[in-house]
Amino acid sequence: MDRQLLSGDEAVALAALHAGVALGTGYPGTPSTEILERFSELGGRAQWAPNEKVALEVGLGAAFGNARTLVTMKHVGLNVAADPLFTSAYTGVNGALIVVTADDPGMSSSQNEQDNRRYAVAAALPMIEPADSQEAYDFFFAAVEMSERWNIPVLYRMTTRVCHSKSVVVAGSTDGRAAGGGAASAHAPRTPQGAPAPHFEHDISGRVMIPANARPAHRRLRAKLAEIAAWGESDEAAALNHVEPGSGGHGTGTRHSLGIIASGVSCLHAAEAAPGAPILKIGLVNPLPVGRARAFAASVDRVVVVEEGDPVIADSLRAVGIALESKPEMYRFGELDVARVRRILAGDTSPEPVPARGKPPELCPACPYHTVYGTLRKHDCIVAGDIGCYTLGVLPPYQAMDTCVAMGASIGVGLGLRHVLPPDEARRVVSVIGDSTFVHSGISGLVEMAYNPPATGHVVLILDNGTTAMTGQQEHAGTGRTLDHLPTNKLSIEDVARAVGIGSVTVIDPYADPEGFERLLLERLAAPELSVIVARRPCVLAAADIRKWEQQAADFRAQAAPQAAFDLPLEAQ
Amino acid sequence: MSDRGAGGDDHVAGGDDHVAGGDDHVAGGDDHVAGVTNVVLAGLGGQGVIKASDILADAALRAGFDVKKAEVHGMSQRGGSVTSDVRFGARVLSPMVPRGEADFLVVLAASEVEVARPLLRPGGVLLPPDLVPESALPNKRSLNVALLGALSEYLDIPAETLLAAVRAALPERLHAVNERAFELGRSLAADHDVA
Repeated sequence: MDRQLLSGDEAVALAALHAGVALGTGYPGTPSTEILERFSELGGRAQWAPNEKVALEVGLGAAFGNARTLVTMKHVGLNVAADPLFTSAYTGVNGALIVVTADDPGMSSSQNEQDNRRYAVAAALPMIEPADSQEAYDFFFAAVEMSERWNIPVLYRMTTRVCHSKSVVVAGSTDGRAAGGGAASAHAPRTPQGAPAPHFEHDISGRVMIPANARPAHRRLRAKLAEIAAWGESDEAAALNHVEPGSGGHGTGTRHSLGIIASGVSCLHAAEAAPGAPILKIGLVNPLPVGRARAFAASVDRVVVVEEGDPVIADSLRAVGIALESKPEMYRFGELDVARVRRILAGDTSPEPVPARGKPPELCPACPYHTVYGTLRKHDCIVAGDIGCYTLGVLPPYQAMDTCVAMGASIGVGLGLRHVLPPDEARRVVSVIGDSTFVHSGISGLVEMAYNPPATGHVVLILDNGTTAMTGQQEHAGTGRTLDHLPTNKLSIEDVARAVGIGSVTVIDPYADPEGFERLLLERLAAPELSVIVARRPCVLAAADIRKWEQQAADFRAQAAPQAAFDLPLEAQ
Repeated sequence: MSDRGAGGDDHVAGGDDHVAGGDDHVAGGDDHVAGVTNVVLAGLGGQGVIKASDILADAALRAGFDVKKAEVHGMSQRGGSVTSDVRFGARVLSPMVPRGEADFLVVLAASEVEVARPLLRPGGVLLPPDLVPESALPNKRSLNVALLGALSEYLDIPAETLLAAVRAALPERLHAVNERAFELGRSLAADHDVA
């Protein structure tokens, strides 16, 4: 058997390929981005959507059409996709729909550390959580089987450590232990049958969620979830939920003083921190295997729940009357590791050692946007910022950002400030947003700006570096290239701005013409009008690749038939 | 030589026989999982820290070990501090090297030596960037591979296996320069004071 060293993201991509996933879609977001990139490299059909909501809707449509579908996003992306998510639980699916949510406890590259296990509970969807790359591979098949058996979308929760850590994967194995993979793969689920052929069947009452149809749909959903909960207690679910005996040997007559209940990477930290203790390892985190937990708790003197983030498992098991210990509140914050798990098991709440502060990240030395932040700072602008590399403008020396909340929020937040501040302050407000973020959710902000213009006008500065830079240079609708860098229709930011009714739209290269940029910004701030300034200069890290892809695209176009769909409205510059 | 240089040949045989070790943990007391070698590589974004840890992890895989590798991507790509953990042995559990338990600390940037030092266990081996003088390097960019060469002096992974992983990770035009860097680091490590 081939042993491969794969990240969790790569393992999911490989599993998706082997499971016959017909379409992968998503929006880039650390730590989930590499899943679709790898899926595409492996030959899968993968595409970036403008945002997570659209990605999930495309995925849902594909699953309605009986295709196996993968949708990927980071944890905050699920907020964007939450609207279709909740009702897709009611409609259900035909082909499997697996929705990866990559959570970021500790916020290595995120604006919050929300625990998306809460979404599974709120939406009443099953959620599966792997602990390492072998499980990320194996459990994917269990997710596909579950999704098709109960015709329900399945949430696949990963965390930064599981997504980005590399560990050994034996693909296609039903006994990874013997073949050298992780221990848990000894329970690996079987590979599902071949992928179904896409086709459509009308099911109006099942998929058109008017109240008359949604009321019975809600009852159907709850009945499915109850069946899945019962399944989670059965031997069939042993791949997901089982007791790792620990070195003492659980169930061999020895009664253990300590037992641990854990899920995801916390299982591995716990196994290392307390090698003698049996661990009830939960791979199906919603619905929880309450019966297994109750029996496990009864078999040990003391049971401790070890989980990252919110006390989701601990609270749920307590609510059904299982006596257990959970981590002290201080361990809600940040990632767990072996040392922190040792402290949790010891009930240690003394202050933790503070890691030495390394060098913080910064705007790349040759980033084209140094000029922009220098200018914003020089004129004491009030900057409603957004999510991307350019968020680094908040760090010294510029400290030229006053808010950063959510994708696309710069425009709405800037407008709100403009509406209420005294005119002399309001005129200093600028919304700063990147190109990919603008496509993601800035467009509706611009519609709001045209619809409800502030008395002082407003200035939106779109930093168009031609790529989704922060997550590692992914394409988006505004680059005119697909996920695998082939040409497609190109969204023109300036045309969109004009079309929604923005009076002044200017494109400038702030790197080539810093004085011109400063003059333009001051002029637009002084004018009581609606202005969009597109500051366009390719990301210095991506520039060489962009030139290569542009050349490829030109060659491709030259070969393609003139009536090819992408050839019609190509870039109008 | 590290006291946890793993159990020698029985782990290196590859295949199935070394994975049964799930039960050979020290039952409490000892802070380490038996037979796991912990390496932390540290430096700044853009220095090749991740590339070096990819090479090391691949070499450990080729040598038949269980291996895990962890680091945080994302903001750290923008020139900030980067560390990457590589753990290998009969069976590796957590992907992260517990703080203060690294057997080896390989540092690519002088500014990161003191930042990263608390990761090293007492008696662990520090391989700092000045171990390999820049003037002696065939190419400034190959410091990461030179330090892997130095590290190879201490590991239960044959140098040839590490070199094979170096070659597999780099385009052919860079092979010769990196092989020289690897050998340079390896020879310098032989004289290195382990303290």
